[in-house]
Amino acid sequence: MPGWLYRRLGDRLFSALVVGLALGVVLAALAIVWVLYQGGREALHTFGFLGFLTGSRWDAVRGEFGAWPPLLGTLLTSAAALFLAFFPALSAALFVVEFAPRALKGAVAYLIDLLAALPSVVYGLWGIFVLVPLVRERVELPLFTWAAAHAPGLLAFLGPPTGIGMLSAILVLALMIVPYASALARDALALVPQSQREAMYALGATRWEVIRRVVIPYARAGIFSGVVLALARALGETMAVTMLIGNSVNLPYTLFGPAATMASLIANEFTEAEDDLHLSALIAVGFVLLLIALATNLVAAWVLRRMSLGEGRK
Amino acid sequence: MKRAPFIAALFALGLALAAPLTLTGAGATFPYPLYAKYFAVYQKLTGVRVNYQSIGSGGGVRQLFAQTVHFGASDAPLSDAKVAEFKKRFKTEVVHVPTALGAVAVVYNLPGVQEPLKFTGELLAEVFLGKVRTWNDPKIAELNPGVRLPPLPVTVVHRSDGSGTTFVFTEYLAKVSPAWRERVGFGKSVSWPTGLGGKGNEGVAGMVRQTPGAIGYVELVYALQNKIPFAALKNRAGRFVLPSLASVKAAAALSDFPPDARVSLTDTPAPEGYPIASFTWILVYQDMAKNRAFKSRAQAEALAKLLWWIVHDGQAYNEPLHYARLPQVAVRVTEKNLRALTFGGEPLLR
Repeated sequence: MPGWLYRRLGDRLFSALVVGLALGVVLAALAIVWVLYQGGREALHTFGFLGFLTGSRWDAVRGEFGAWPPLLGTLLTSAAALFLAFFPALSAALFVVEFAPRALKGAVAYLIDLLAALPSVVYGLWGIFVLVPLVRERVELPLFTWAAAHAPGLLAFLGPPTGIGMLSAILVLALMIVPYASALARDALALVPQSQREAMYALGATRWEVIRRVVIPYARAGIFSGVVLALARALGETMAVTMLIGNSVNLPYTLFGPAATMASLIANEFTEAEDDLHLSALIAVGFVLLLIALATNLVAAWVLRRMSLGEGRK
Repeated sequence: MKRAPFIAALFALGLALAAPLTLTGAGATFPYPLYAKYFAVYQKLTGVRVNYQSIGSGGGVRQLFAQTVHFGASDAPLSDAKVAEFKKRFKTEVVHVPTALGAVAVVYNLPGVQEPLKFTGELLAEVFLGKVRTWNDPKIAELNPGVRLPPLPVTVVHRSDGSGTTFVFTEYLAKVSPAWRERVGFGKSVSWPTGLGGKGNEGVAGMVRQTPGAIGYVELVYALQNKIPFAALKNRAGRFVLPSLASVKAAAALSDFPPDARVSLTDTPAPEGYPIASFTWILVYQDMAKNRAFKSRAQAEALAKLLWWIVHDGQAYNEPLHYARLPQVAVRVTEKNLRALTFGGEPLLR
């Protein structure tokens, strides 16, 4: 390109390119929403949106589709996994930033990040061959026999102790989302200015007080962002969960027994769904999953804004 | 220089003629290893290339209806409604070409039990309905005298993904058990009353192996290759039959083979036949000119010849890969159907 043309057009071309690509992403997102809605319309129309959400039977033979069992499965497993993952993730981040000697910092952070890079089918295989027998022999069977002897009322809540089921899925899911929560928390903690800590120490605070009163409050927005990212990951995780959760849409769910999530249900039934209504119901489940992800993000954005407002007031 | 365009055109024509014919198909995953073998051998023999995408039977049927493929492949025959819809939409018949037979083996994990267990269809249905809860249940013991059955709880394992295997298995249970027909019915994905779901044959087999007291079902090919113990089933003639290539082929030797080859082999009346067997089919348009995927008569001819080869010479590749061969009666019916294939009314095979 000749110099004068470059001077006159270069910047415009560049901004056009940037805007175009950015808009492309937005358009792709909208197109996904549109296609999912279009594809799921038949099912949403047949059962009604609320009827589809609350229907508790999923029976392809009779053409009855209700998304409540997989919806409940997704919410339960994600919430439980997030609960289990939060404190280890935060602890790992604190360890790396506050406690670890310089030589260890990099190695520990690297290993935690590596957890995020493992393909989820590897988690699934590890779950089947290592975690499931362990959970069955060391957790489920002892608990089950104890409950059978001392608290028969609990049995209905525990379910069959086969190792395959909700508990194993939650444990693997928790492990999978730790690095997401941890990485963002780590970055946020590292950004806390050293002067803040020093000021606190100067006042005679203990390490625990410094972390609790200064470091974590200062970094809370970043920590929360990590939680949201981890939750989004848990909501959509498919392969490992499908391999471990036992895939049953029969309510009520039990702690040890099989369950299903929205993503696992789609992965299971999509390829062989010949019937139009069945296919449409599966796409509608995808649409619902998208709405849930959207709702999670909106709530997260709102909470984050309130958090930063709070920072301003301080 | 005037001759240049002419030469270029000639060159392009030469390229077009020399380019190998390519056929595209999509569908069932179960026969994929066999089809891969067929198509590789056939390409060496004739130069005709076949792209086969094993996207699942449902997808295969969908692609066939959408006319994006030359042939579809399915583990289940099209329903009467689908056949009628096909005829109405495309003004031609859909032709089912059986290529091989598969069977579903009932596998279990019972520590300490060596001899193959015996089951009747009714008992199997009760187990999968969750009504028989322990292995030392009198109903199981009655069929298996002399076997020391442990007092383990029964853990049912089924396929979680939609599959032809599930279709065949549940169709069998629905045929032999009114309670199953009433409560569950049959299909590629059903609403299971109990049990754990594993994804794919490997998922089910993995869970069965991991769980003492588990019972599940997998493709016979898979059970044979992985040496998982399986049960003998009582067939309609009253014999207990283990699944094997011979008993599966026997299941299909029907005297009244339907002319459209859409036949269910479950609960077969054949005396030596294993009761949970099934064909797998390739589906094509009878008048291939009605399928927009075909660009020329040459392609249609190539497909017709390929199908002819599969049901004759190609059958030699079935048994080494653990798929049963077509019985003679199925080959004869299919020959007749293949001769009826046309391109715009002109027969493709002579």
